[in-house]
Amino acid sequence: MKMKPLARFYTALVMIFLFAPIAILLVFSFNEAKSLSVFSGFSLYWYRELFRDSDTLGAVRNTLVLAVSASLISTAMGTAAAVGIHKLRSKYLRTLMDTVTNIPMINPDIITGISLMLMFVFVGRLFGAATSLSFWTMLIAHVTFCLPYVILQVLPKLQQMDKSLPEAAMDLGCTPLRAFFKVEVPEILPGIVTGLIMAFTLSLDDFVISYFTAGNGFQTLPIRIYNMTKKTVTPKMYALATIIFFVILALLLLSNLTDSESAETVRKAREKRKAKKEKNT
Amino acid sequence: MKKLVSLLVVCALVCAVLLTGCGKKDTLTLNVYNWGEYISDGSEDSFDTIREFEKWYEATYGQKLKVNYDTYASNEDMYNKLSTGAVSYDVVVPSDYMIARMAAEGMLQPLDFGNIPNYEYIDESFRGLYYDPDNLYSVPYTYGVVGIIYNANVVDEADAQDWDLMWNSKYAGNIVQFNNSRDAFATAQYKLGLDVNSTDRADWDAALAELKTQAPLVKSYVMDEIYNMMESGEAAVGAYYAGDYFTMIDAQADSVDLQFYYPERTNYFVDAMCIPSSAQHKELAEIFINYMLSEEPAIANAEFIYYASPNSLVYDSEDYAEELGEETMQILYPGIENFSELYNEFAYRNLDSATLDYLNTLWEELKIA
Repeated sequence: MKMKPLARFYTALVMIFLFAPIAILLVFSFNEAKSLSVFSGFSLYWYRELFRDSDTLGAVRNTLVLAVSASLISTAMGTAAAVGIHKLRSKYLRTLMDTVTNIPMINPDIITGISLMLMFVFVGRLFGAATSLSFWTMLIAHVTFCLPYVILQVLPKLQQMDKSLPEAAMDLGCTPLRAFFKVEVPEILPGIVTGLIMAFTLSLDDFVISYFTAGNGFQTLPIRIYNMTKKTVTPKMYALATIIFFVILALLLLSNLTDSESAETVRKAREKRKAKKEKNT
Repeated sequence: MKKLVSLLVVCALVCAVLLTGCGKKDTLTLNVYNWGEYISDGSEDSFDTIREFEKWYEATYGQKLKVNYDTYASNEDMYNKLSTGAVSYDVVVPSDYMIARMAAEGMLQPLDFGNIPNYEYIDESFRGLYYDPDNLYSVPYTYGVVGIIYNANVVDEADAQDWDLMWNSKYAGNIVQFNNSRDAFATAQYKLGLDVNSTDRADWDAALAELKTQAPLVKSYVMDEIYNMMESGEAAVGAYYAGDYFTMIDAQADSVDLQFYYPERTNYFVDAMCIPSSAQHKELAEIFINYMLSEEPAIANAEFIYYASPNSLVYDSEDYAEELGEETMQILYPGIENFSELYNEFAYRNLDSATLDYLNTLWEELKIA
């Protein structure tokens, strides 16, 4: 692909703004000294420090436990919801459901966070609990904000799917449930996987909502890093950010790969079917 | 695929249950809420205060103890979290003005000093300060004094006088000022000899006028960015806490030579350990506070945080003085004899909401101009 000089310059500019901060962070995670402005030599010191910091690793574990459970639950619920919305006959009802599920997505995080916290405190008081926030309230909050994204990923796949496919399966003797798992799920799997990965990354780096719903003894990594601002953030956080960046990058590549691969197989299968149809006629 | 997914779901749920199911009967829990990076945590081969406390407790009382240690970023964050009643902590470490506010609102409970015998090591001058005049609620943890940091390779020693350095037009474009209304106005108020807790609008107007004359010289208004700007030599003059000056020295570039001095009138803060009214383990909290005052943890924390300690076990310790070095000791502990007097006169107190609103209006005026 050939680009005009201006286009090339523009692309370079965009790339710099997108990736220079990450590159700087990456470079300074290998800094020997504590500074973010003076690079005094290559060292793995901060990586070693990171792996000895049990509190930070505890926060990483909290974040991962939360992200894995929240993304799995929201993927299961979101897929079911998408199937349900897709089956709705009334167009108005469907638009209504679409809008309702989109509200948490458009809502500013801070409002979602505060309102969830208020609700948890209110319910907690109702039951006379001494503390109302815990891991479970945080999990509910994360499932809440991940859900719309999963639905958004799965719904288009359902719409793309040939409606006669599950019908054909049932014609051939499948129960509706079996038809769903054997025929529909494989068709919409790329959407489910993308939804899962999106939910996982969203939950992983959420700060605002977690901040308001965090309870005793369960702080996630973004909260821990934010709270380091009384003193300066130590470079071991740069090391951690670098590791997280590469993990997310790997996940992203994986998801794009599966996405394009499955799109490819679907396309090929369609072509084959078409060719067969043409032959038969 | 289906099996894999369901397996993962089961695993995640089991993990989650195990994780929250930690509240077993025979293990006590203590919930501590402190500033981030404000305790010696075992990094860089330091003393791991929380783990050591858990070990010490089990060895002394024969019962397992688990400390839930959470952090916050500002007094206001901590206050908001506690005042919703959604969480409950046994030990918190607010700053002075916040202690006064929380005590006034009934959010703190009086300590039983019978459980905190090590309180005797707290220097006399840190008792009866304005925020807790009857020594009911708080045990001082650290204190600090605002001073002026300058790059001696840029600034002439002779100019390093009181607050005037921050208004010296020779260093235009090299000066950084606090990006926080209260701290920025205080620099002007101290310079002019005004009361930082004044309720008289004329005083605040005078401070604003002073800040406006400074504005053309200011490179930028900063908070934590000051670290990088001073370390790299990007800025040459700024005010910050003595303890943070040492953090900057540790990371300064070769071409930078940072120096420090105290202006005559300046700001002081004290952060102190308190027990909130909603605490569920008061006695354990007192044992923890007492432990924090004992020699080994107190010294380790002072070395880690780099703020001055009001604990005589720390500032009289030879090991500690040796570890910090003579120069550092002199800056951190300037030998303030009448600390409580100076503190009660110059430290920030809660402003009433009318004054606070007025301050914010003036601050916006300064930042827009």
